[in-house]
Amino acid sequence: MTAARDAILAAICRSLNRGPLDPATAAALRARVAAHRRNLIPMRAAALDHPARVNLFVAMAEAVQATVARLSSIDAVPEAVAAYLAAENLPAELVMAPDPGLDQIPWEMRPLLRIRRGRAEAADAVSLTPCFAAIAETGTLMLASGAATPTSLNFLPDTHIVLVPADRVVGTYEDGWDRLRDLAGECGEVGRQLLPRTVNFITGPSRTGDIEQRIVLGAHGPRRLHILVVEDGGA
Amino acid sequence: MEAKSRDFSASARAGLANDNLQQALDIMTQRGFPSRRLEVVARLPEFEALREVGREIKDHTLAHLDFYLELYEHNVVASGGEVHWARTPEEACEIVLTVCRTAGARSVTKGKSMIAEEIGLNDFLEKSGITPVETDLGEYIIQLRHEPPSHLIAPAMHLVKEQVADAFRSAHRTLDPNRPLAEPQALCDEARAILRPQFLAADVGITGANFLIAETGSSIIVTNEGNGDLTQILPRVHIVLASLEKLVPTFEDAATLLRLLARSATGQEFSSYTTVSTGPRRPGDLDGPEAYHVILLDNGRAAMLGGEFHDMLRCIRCGACMNHCPVYAAVGGHAYGWVYPGPMGAVLTPSLIGIEEAAPLPNASTLCGRCESVCPVKIPLPKMLRHWREREFAKKLAPRIWRSGLSVWAWVALRPALYHMLTEVASRTLGWVGGRRGRFRNLPFAAGWTGVRDMPAPEGRSFHSLWAERSKAAGRK
Repeated sequence: MTAARDAILAAICRSLNRGPLDPATAAALRARVAAHRRNLIPMRAAALDHPARVNLFVAMAEAVQATVARLSSIDAVPEAVAAYLAAENLPAELVMAPDPGLDQIPWEMRPLLRIRRGRAEAADAVSLTPCFAAIAETGTLMLASGAATPTSLNFLPDTHIVLVPADRVVGTYEDGWDRLRDLAGECGEVGRQLLPRTVNFITGPSRTGDIEQRIVLGAHGPRRLHILVVEDGGA
Repeated sequence: MEAKSRDFSASARAGLANDNLQQALDIMTQRGFPSRRLEVVARLPEFEALREVGREIKDHTLAHLDFYLELYEHNVVASGGEVHWARTPEEACEIVLTVCRTAGARSVTKGKSMIAEEIGLNDFLEKSGITPVETDLGEYIIQLRHEPPSHLIAPAMHLVKEQVADAFRSAHRTLDPNRPLAEPQALCDEARAILRPQFLAADVGITGANFLIAETGSSIIVTNEGNGDLTQILPRVHIVLASLEKLVPTFEDAATLLRLLARSATGQEFSSYTTVSTGPRRPGDLDGPEAYHVILLDNGRAAMLGGEFHDMLRCIRCGACMNHCPVYAAVGGHAYGWVYPGPMGAVLTPSLIGIEEAAPLPNASTLCGRCESVCPVKIPLPKMLRHWREREFAKKLAPRIWRSGLSVWAWVALRPALYHMLTEVASRTLGWVGGRRGRFRNLPFAAGWTGVRDMPAPEGRSFHSLWAERSKAAGRK
């Protein structure tokens, strides 16, 4: 396959009417990538202070049919989850990301809530996951895969509940991605950061408009997306 | 995929006579994508400025495409994935088959991919004994009906819900034949139930890519259904099909284009799922594919760089150009006869399969310019359609009568005095004859026009003579 590779790269240079890039240009391009400068950022979320940003996140998420409950502390989570499941007529049973942060929640307050930790299986109806960041701009959740956060939890169950500590709410996609870069650690060399295998930006529940442009929910992913926002200092 | 673009006229006539298609097109243009786009664009004051930035990002990447491709490849490999290069559809299909066979794949699921359509992947795999299951609702419907897609992002745009119900009744034989399927929600629920076991059973999942990030070796897909995600996280192997021009340098560059994509495409602030995938699952991960392959397809794109159709490579496949095209709205996507319909298809198709195979497409436009005005990366589609018309004329591909007519017109137009005289005579004569009614029901040599609508009569004077008169009057003052 190197024949195809070489032929394609040669054809590109031929079309662009030049040979391989000169070292100065290549260095400038490497510097552009290493700087990963932001382009124009909409003011919608960037201009807000933190409480306003959290409010925008909630409003934008609700505008795309996610439901949101705002809680004063993580102690309120078991009650909120149980109440939500009851209101939606769902069994008190869920699969939860094996994330140490979620184990801080006083689940013993709701002993009837059955919780399994792990990835999602076909029969799981409800999942609960943490989130890496929440993006106010469009009410988008940013979830990163890892040993404690399997991606299948975000897609297989009919109902996906996401815990969002308010201090994880950022303005823009770029803000969220910067947090990921901080976590992975810049290695100095272009492209050497280790990203999670999958980063999901999730905006509302699954939907389709493929039949007569009518939007219906629950195409293949979750039919319901429920977000628990835990206020600052409460997580 | 076999091209039927040469039959544009006949297919367009069939489209005009197809009541279901006309109803579906009305739904789209009257209360679908265009009005939703308008609303969501009005909510983002920076939208126009972002279009310019989007154009710059794509231009910058294309000007250094070799650099970014090599950087991208390096970073895919560094994160544990594999990159395969394919010059032609045949090479790309062979690579997919080899990966599937190596994985011992019996079942394959697919997310929506225009590149898969372009290389005719489904037919190829079926001939090789592997039947890929389309999982995007629209793609699933057209796979059941053995049809090509009629729209970039809504493949079953040409159908009304009753046709979808018929397709489901004849395909899903084990279900109660009397079940209610009148509403889109019921159809969606049925497809979900049918496809879920297929997702779980698949050995290989194939998706397209909306963007490839050079900095990290990541691929990005954008969907609303979540099918592309189930397709890539459940099977053992994830194959990404992408063409060369999907590259962008960094996540920041992708983010800018993502702000343009959903708004231009479906009129959403953001699609439900934007997924960034980098390599196979990491040690310790509980799910995700064990292997990650990217197939980079050229198929004529490298040759487009630097030429008259270079700007077409900026396209991010949002479909806004066809959503706003009066010709697409009249005849639908299948008339274009190949994979890519609408204005972007009329420019791209001749570039990829040759103007000989696609000669009528550049004429399937009124050159009204709406496509360019909504394009998120400002592709000058009308200008490029004119370039193709010139080539079509130069290669003598148009019918002889068009060509001789154009030659006569050109001969006259190159002689301004004669041209002004003839247009003045024609305007006065037609103005006088058409006079009181102000329009013609039929005109000799213009039956193509008057057969379906009236021709307005000129006011009586040609524009040139009025202009000359006015300039003279202004000069005297």
